[in-house]
Amino acid sequence: MDRIRNFSIIAHIDHGKSTLADRLIQHCGVSDERTFRNQILDTMDIERERGITIKSQAITLPYTAKDGHEYILNLIDTPGHVDFSYEVSRALASCEGVLLLIDAAQGVQAQTVANLYMAMEHNLEIIPVINKIDLPAADVNRVMEQIDSELGLDPYASLRCSAKEGTGIEDILEAIVHRLPSPTGTPDKPLSALIFDAKYDSFRGTIINCRLLDGTVRSGDIIRFMHNGETYKVEEVGHFLLARHPMESLSAGAVGYIIAGVKTVSDVNIGDTITLDRNPRPQPLPGFREIKPVVFASIYPIASDDYEELAVSLEKYKLNDAAFTYQKDSSAALGQGFRCGFLGLLHLDIVQERLEREYDLSIILSVPSVRYRVTLHSGETMMIDNPIHFPNPVAIEVSEEPYIRATMFFPEKYMGAVMKLCREKRGETPVVHYPNPGRVELVFDMPLAEVITDFYDKLKTITQGYGSFDYELADYRESPLALLDILVNGEKVDALSQIVHRIKARERALHACERLKEEIPRQMFKIAIQGAIGSEIVARSTISPFRKDVTAKCYGGDITRKRKLLEKQKKGKKRMKMVGSVSIPQSAFIAVLKSDES
Amino acid sequence: MYEGMFESFDTIYFGGGTPSILSPRELETIITALRNAFAITPDFEMTIETNPCDLTSGYAESLRSLGFNRLSLGIQSFDNALLSFLGRRHTSRVAEDAIINAEKAGFENVGLDFIYGVPSQSIISWKETLSKALSYSPSHISCYQLTIEDATPLGLLREKSLLHTIGDSLEYGFFMATSRTLDDAGYIHYEVSNFAKHPLLRSRHNEKYWNHTPYLGLGPSAHSFLQGRRWWNHRSLHNYMKDILAQKKPVEDDETLTMEQLETEALFLGLRTSRGIELKESCGFYKDDPSNSLSAVLKKLIDAGLITLESGIVAPTIKGLAVGDSLALSLLHTM
Repeated sequence: MDRIRNFSIIAHIDHGKSTLADRLIQHCGVSDERTFRNQILDTMDIERERGITIKSQAITLPYTAKDGHEYILNLIDTPGHVDFSYEVSRALASCEGVLLLIDAAQGVQAQTVANLYMAMEHNLEIIPVINKIDLPAADVNRVMEQIDSELGLDPYASLRCSAKEGTGIEDILEAIVHRLPSPTGTPDKPLSALIFDAKYDSFRGTIINCRLLDGTVRSGDIIRFMHNGETYKVEEVGHFLLARHPMESLSAGAVGYIIAGVKTVSDVNIGDTITLDRNPRPQPLPGFREIKPVVFASIYPIASDDYEELAVSLEKYKLNDAAFTYQKDSSAALGQGFRCGFLGLLHLDIVQERLEREYDLSIILSVPSVRYRVTLHSGETMMIDNPIHFPNPVAIEVSEEPYIRATMFFPEKYMGAVMKLCREKRGETPVVHYPNPGRVELVFDMPLAEVITDFYDKLKTITQGYGSFDYELADYRESPLALLDILVNGEKVDALSQIVHRIKARERALHACERLKEEIPRQMFKIAIQGAIGSEIVARSTISPFRKDVTAKCYGGDITRKRKLLEKQKKGKKRMKMVGSVSIPQSAFIAVLKSDES
Repeated sequence: MYEGMFESFDTIYFGGGTPSILSPRELETIITALRNAFAITPDFEMTIETNPCDLTSGYAESLRSLGFNRLSLGIQSFDNALLSFLGRRHTSRVAEDAIINAEKAGFENVGLDFIYGVPSQSIISWKETLSKALSYSPSHISCYQLTIEDATPLGLLREKSLLHTIGDSLEYGFFMATSRTLDDAGYIHYEVSNFAKHPLLRSRHNEKYWNHTPYLGLGPSAHSFLQGRRWWNHRSLHNYMKDILAQKKPVEDDETLTMEQLETEALFLGLRTSRGIELKESCGFYKDDPSNSLSAVLKKLIDAGLITLESGIVAPTIKGLAVGDSLALSLLHTM
């Protein structure tokens, strides 16, 4: 056990985590040039393209240190986005230490700090690593000052590397061996394994990634998930090199996988404890939380014929994403669809992109919503995440919305602009720190609903990319809410309905009307677009009709061409949604979701 | 080569390009060949498109004696500035002479072709051209709104933003002014771009294209249609000649239309004419079923003043003709 090291790399987004992981893997000879692909741990296309890790993964690296001994280094990769912070916490709970990676040019950012706090909560040994020292803009001395003043760590304990160029990699491996503690635990105690990830394999069912704290597990054992009480017979255990590598057993201190005939990832709770059915541990490990979606939106197929296909695709997708939830939903304007829950907007984006890309579906998303709390005069309390279920306003006693605590880091000169943005987004009770001359840490309480639109994009824009952001859910606060409907030629487009703060209603309505005006092509008759709260029209716009489009000449040779064009247009029109007699393109729905960029 | 394919022909049309470039002798050779090869009905209509520059009185008389009984004159405009912008060889004076020459030669059925909606043109100057045309009381007038195709000289200018199209609301203004002016003068607006002084003076030949009547096209690029099949000759003169010399049909490609395609064509071609289309159960049209999405669309279009619906016939109004392409698409979508 003293030859095992379990560690993770934590970093602000884009600080080079995946590149460093690749280098470590390469250095340990797990992958040769032939199999080496950049960012091996990020296996999904989207992860590769966006340069972020969505799911946790683990890989075992055999490393022969300078002392001549061979060590087993288990690298547990963590998701790099605030939407997935619970998964990060479970991955960290499986480690003894972390490499805290900091970009030499960008320095300490919001997630650097958030990740550091999380590592400290888990009592992990922290090795600061300054990456990208090859960049012309690299400023190692400044980063060392920040490590001292902003992170409270010893700057002289930090290592330097350029993962891209492969320099400093061996020093890091040596530091992992000598500075990180080996795991503790007893192989003879009752089995106690922490699940930090699960993924679906179409041949084997769910592959559970876990860290063994105590005990031993081998194939044939009957294991029990302590939170849901389900039992399974173990088919295979092992660890990951580049592929699954079956072993006789996994024992205390190890990181590896268990295959036990678990059908879907939804049958496994991240953070749950695995124990042996015949000799269980008395209590599950602490820190378990059920993952709950916080952002909700409905998904509809553009062509209603695609509904069944969408249903099948969601079912397949769900196999590998336990955090994603969905149930049937229907819209008067858009037909049959599904109401889905997401961990955040990035998660929503990922699901949408994967459905479109991997399952080749064209879908429309309704305006995302958070989960509101409404108490009626009757005393009944309702949680509402779908505008369709918003109660009659006269029946409402109190309405509340979820708030988050947002932490932002940025250079001081952007203070005014950021404060203004946060105020616009109904931010409250700001707390300002100056961790370092010239830099600000700003903490704001903000309604989640304001953040899920495009807060982060705006923050990045106004701070010219220097601003970073992290958040945690705080509480529910009273808020005057109203249901905003969008009408096209008098017909309600229910997928565009949204629950809004009363004072924001007009602005949101205007935005929707203007966006639809830009996106809905002119048609043969006038189209009136209105935003309404109950029977009160709060915004409107009009699309004037076009009056002339007929082709001048249509003789012998023109007919085939004209027919082909019509056939093509007819197909295109099938991909639009008809609301009354108005064809609304997919882009119009998307445009309404996006906040204005002005 | 085409023996036995077509029963008989009652219209012959020399057009597409500038057939008036041919001498009377050359035309005679063609006509003789046609008469030898095909059955031509006694009451045939034979039209030739002519460039006003070519229509001297002598040429007009020759055409008449060759058996042509209808002339289509490419006047384009009576505005000299516009004629030169369009790159035409003739002037307004030449155009008027051509009309007079045609009359003198005894042509009773003369069609004048015009282009309008040109970027620099005003509606007033277009109306002046129209009234000059009306002063000759032609039996037929075609008014084609300028269409700028990509990769033409005007298309290239547009691409470089050196030329701006006039926009659909001004186009609509031109279209309505044209229709109204000619309607006031007693002409029937029977197709998007075509006006006849009398129902019988409509272009018999062109109507065939819109009714799926069989027709045979001869020459490069020419299209033919027979029993649901359409084929077209080589565009390339080289390939065309090669096949002809090898005694082969010079066909570049063909298509056999499905019922649905035939109906689609009938729909959009019908909606380009004042006659309209007949609602048929066979093509998914149900007259009195309000649950049908077609009914909802029809009602919307009637309310917008774009079509009329009488005894099962959907006919575009003049306003509807102007948006004929979209009309067809909106009805097609419900089928």
